[in-house]
Amino acid sequence: MKEELQLLEKEAIEKIEQATDMKELQSIKVAYLGKKGSLTSVLRGMGKLSKEERPVIGELANKVRETITNAIEQKNEGLEQAVLEEKLQKEAIDVTLPGRPVPTGGPHLLTKIVEEIEDLFIGMGFEVREGPEVETDYFNFEALNLPKDHPARDMQDTFYITNELLLRTHTSPVQARTMKAYDDSKSVKMICPGKVYRRDTDDATHSHQFTQIEGLFVDKDVKMSDLKGILDTFAKKLFGEDRQIRLRPSFFPFTEPSVEMDISCKVCNGDGCSVCKGSGWIEILGAGMVHPNVLSMAGYDPKVYSGFAFGMGPERIAMLKYGIKDIRQFYTNDVRFLKQFHNA
Amino acid sequence: MLVSLNWLKNYVDIDGISPEVLAEKITKTGIEVDGIEYIAEKSSNVVVGYVESCEKHPNADKLNLCQVDVGDEENLQIICGAPNVAQGQKVAVAKPGAVLPGNFKIKKVKLRGVESNGMICSLQELGIDEKYVPKDVAEGIFVFPNDVIVGESVEPLLNLNDAVLEFDLTPNRADCLSMLGVAYEVAAILNQPVKLPDESLETSEDSVRNHVEVEVEDPELNPYYGAFLIKNIEVKPAPLWMRNYLMAAGIRPINNVVDITNYVLLEYGQPLHAFDYDRLNSNKIVVRQAKNGEKIITLDEVERSLTEENLVITNGQDPIALAGVMGGANSEVTDQTTNVLLEAAFFNPSSIRRTVKQTGLRSEASTRYEKGIDPNRVKRAGIRAAQLLHQYAGGSVLDEVVEFDALDRDEKVVSMDADEINKRLGTEITNEEMGKILNRLGFNFDQNKSDFTIYVPTRRGDITIFEDMLEEVARIYGYDNLPFTLPQGTSQAGGLSDEQRLKREVKGFLQGTGLMETTTYSLTNEKLIRTLVSPEVKEMEPQPVELAMPMSEDHKYLRLSILPELLQSVAYNRARNQSDVAYYEIGSVFLTKEKELTTQPNEQLRLAGALTGKWLEHPWQQEVKPVDFYVIKGIVEGLFDQLQMPVDFDQAIIPDMHPGRCATISMDGEVIGFLGQLHPTLEKEMSLKETYVFDINMEAVIGAYSNVPNYSQIPKYPSISRDVAFIMDDNVKAGDVKEIIESTGTPLVKQVQIFDLYKGDNLPEGKKSVAYNLLYQDPEKTLKDDEVEESFQKIIQTVNDIFDAYVRF
Repeated sequence: MKEELQLLEKEAIEKIEQATDMKELQSIKVAYLGKKGSLTSVLRGMGKLSKEERPVIGELANKVRETITNAIEQKNEGLEQAVLEEKLQKEAIDVTLPGRPVPTGGPHLLTKIVEEIEDLFIGMGFEVREGPEVETDYFNFEALNLPKDHPARDMQDTFYITNELLLRTHTSPVQARTMKAYDDSKSVKMICPGKVYRRDTDDATHSHQFTQIEGLFVDKDVKMSDLKGILDTFAKKLFGEDRQIRLRPSFFPFTEPSVEMDISCKVCNGDGCSVCKGSGWIEILGAGMVHPNVLSMAGYDPKVYSGFAFGMGPERIAMLKYGIKDIRQFYTNDVRFLKQFHNA
Repeated sequence: MLVSLNWLKNYVDIDGISPEVLAEKITKTGIEVDGIEYIAEKSSNVVVGYVESCEKHPNADKLNLCQVDVGDEENLQIICGAPNVAQGQKVAVAKPGAVLPGNFKIKKVKLRGVESNGMICSLQELGIDEKYVPKDVAEGIFVFPNDVIVGESVEPLLNLNDAVLEFDLTPNRADCLSMLGVAYEVAAILNQPVKLPDESLETSEDSVRNHVEVEVEDPELNPYYGAFLIKNIEVKPAPLWMRNYLMAAGIRPINNVVDITNYVLLEYGQPLHAFDYDRLNSNKIVVRQAKNGEKIITLDEVERSLTEENLVITNGQDPIALAGVMGGANSEVTDQTTNVLLEAAFFNPSSIRRTVKQTGLRSEASTRYEKGIDPNRVKRAGIRAAQLLHQYAGGSVLDEVVEFDALDRDEKVVSMDADEINKRLGTEITNEEMGKILNRLGFNFDQNKSDFTIYVPTRRGDITIFEDMLEEVARIYGYDNLPFTLPQGTSQAGGLSDEQRLKREVKGFLQGTGLMETTTYSLTNEKLIRTLVSPEVKEMEPQPVELAMPMSEDHKYLRLSILPELLQSVAYNRARNQSDVAYYEIGSVFLTKEKELTTQPNEQLRLAGALTGKWLEHPWQQEVKPVDFYVIKGIVEGLFDQLQMPVDFDQAIIPDMHPGRCATISMDGEVIGFLGQLHPTLEKEMSLKETYVFDINMEAVIGAYSNVPNYSQIPKYPSISRDVAFIMDDNVKAGDVKEIIESTGTPLVKQVQIFDLYKGDNLPEGKKSVAYNLLYQDPEKTLKDDEVEESFQKIIQTVNDIFDAYVRF
């Protein structure tokens, strides 16, 4: 009987191995393990065996059953896999066909630049303030040390609405407004982005509307070297760690001393090229120590408080960063222009 | 201001410093140098020649055959076409082998059969800018004065080797509108002394007081007037060196009298005026305000009508000059002039500025008066000019000046604490160094340890307070030498306000849905100003804010809506074959009820969008979704959903909008904007195709915003979903039915969704079927079928009662 069982096992395993589909496998299972199967009929003859032989053969029979069952299961898995694989083969598609597009939008380039600068200064503890675009002559000029007859008023041609109301020519009035809004013992640390207007004819380098970002820091004992430190941090973060800055004298009625800040030209690294017009430096912003008249008009005692202010043009920064040649492109909103900067 | 370095060398030693290096130093320390102009490109082999003979070319009428001595063994035979060439002249000759600017090589040639060995040059050919070339030689060759030596190189003689720095002067540095001012600046930078011009004057015995009286009516407007009289002058060309300097400075030489006044103007920064003494018709100078309607013909031959605002120089009767701005034609110096009355005066800057503004006349003189001149140089400049007229016009100067003098010439005193300077700059400059810096600047001072008392020279009218000195010290010390520090003291948390954060959130949402942000102009034109103004804005009857002096008709009014300019951008793209556009913008509109603005308008922040063309396209799967009403509504709904702000949409008729595809947007019963399709007529007018827009008052959104979300617990008990389709009249609004379902079903009905709309077969004409999905939920317990059924039946009944709608099976 032992031999019979071993033969049966060998035969069954051979058949299982040769099975080519699941139907055949099923019939093999029935033929050996089913109620009328070979193994079952062999086991039926167990009654004829001696007491000693019975457990030995029984154990062997169970082993054979287990072996065959396992083999069928294993084979089944293999066949299932093959069926699945065949199915998947049939489901193959051309992955090179384009996908279904999702709508993609994005911010305006100026917003990107402004938000980048905002975030940079927020990180240094500045708050973001805003102010009206229609300003009074007082806040746009007088509070900034530009009295009515001041020759520097010629520097910026102004869109007046009435004698006293105008479109702001810079974001600087927000300086004066912020200081006025604070009580005089509070330090001011703010930047303010916004639209400004000048009486210019629009061309490649002039726009009657453009953007400015102004910064102001007023506290006790603010030094000019602090201005240099803050601007250096800013320039390195915005333009790259390897940029150098330099300050050189300039004039703004609301700061004294007044400076302009240049950064070393990224194109030529300071050797001089067409981008920096051979100087090795590119002008980025105007800055200075807040004029004592501006402080005192806003209710801050210039003997106790000092501060610095700076202002820059995001259009200019964007033009430098990306090589944009015409400022009007910021305002014509050509799709082909706008979408190039969604990832910038 | 154009600064000739050859000229500057007369006052300060700049030898051995290249123009580039000097420009860089000046830029870093004081004044931005915008550019360096070389008078002429290098030329070689151009020398002075003497025209020994000049005859007509045998074969050409317009050419001359000249024999020219250039100092070589043999004369050169040169053919010259210039009309002014003549025997006896000393001229600039480019010898064979010479190279002229523009890499123009001179060779021996034959012209009409006759040999020509070189070229007689005009100033233009030598590289001088045409607009500065004196008129008498503009059409021909340049003729040297007789004292030049034959064979000498013309390069130094004509100042062709000069470099000119172009200063971009800020308004405070009017002191550098003079060569002397520039000399002081450069001297401070280079730590060099300044050499002043010769200010001695040789006069005749006769006193000018015998011939001229000066009267000034208002010392406020004219604190100083000095008159010099120079007799028996000869009007002729100024000396060559002077003409060269003027040309380098961008001034065309005219004659010695005019050139000398211009030369001293540039040298001292002091405007001067020369009158023809014999044409004054009086011996009196009276300075007064003009009478209203009084007339003067100025040097430019324009008759000008004057007002009391204008200060005039008169002969006691009639105006002979518009003070500080321009002389009168009636007293102009001509070729026949022999006696010159020279004016050196100080006029009130504001008065001059008013006249300039009123007349539009801006001159070298008025520019300097407007910005303020040095009171200590007025008379000295007069003396200098008188001396030059004596020297170069052969005149005799009468003794010495008739003046009206109420001029304050005192130096301003500014105190400067060196410790305070260091504290403000973040530096450690010693008192001794501080003193050295002041010496370099040429400022006199007293010092007691760190206490400096500074006597600011009157040439530096811009320095009046401590902070001005802070700048002077800082720039001479060098901004490069300041340390980098970060502010100490109060620190605060920076950040965005809630409003600013919300703005960013809204932008992020819209961009995520596929909209691109734009920036359009706030100023628009008359035609568009009232287009697409949101109904709730229109209701307050806003008056457009108009600019007093617009630059163009296109940008004249402050916008009442973002949409018109936004749609212009859409049209701009369409015209460039970009027909799929989805734009939004956040910006201010300017609202006031005032016709004549007296207070600032309300700047209301609004959010607008415009979409046209295809919303989605996937060609090979044949999927194309054009923008329609529900695309734009979906975006707006999505936005308010995201912000957890309930809004209502109500059908509305708004001008310029499609009457059947337009809705207002309301929040808490208040209209806050609108959306829909543009009216086809407007689309056509603006060259647009089917376009959808929305416009929302962002301030209402900001007002309703809470950054704390309305959180409710996730329900523990299962929900039950029921569907029902109603057949209703076409004109019944699906949304109205939805509202009734919601209100009738409350509190168990948590959500109602429309999931199907059907018209056509199997439905009577004029009817539609709308299917709703109702979600039932009880937060407290598991719902029972019968309570759901009861509510469901009640809803069906109510909808039937109100809308005459019945259930479709």
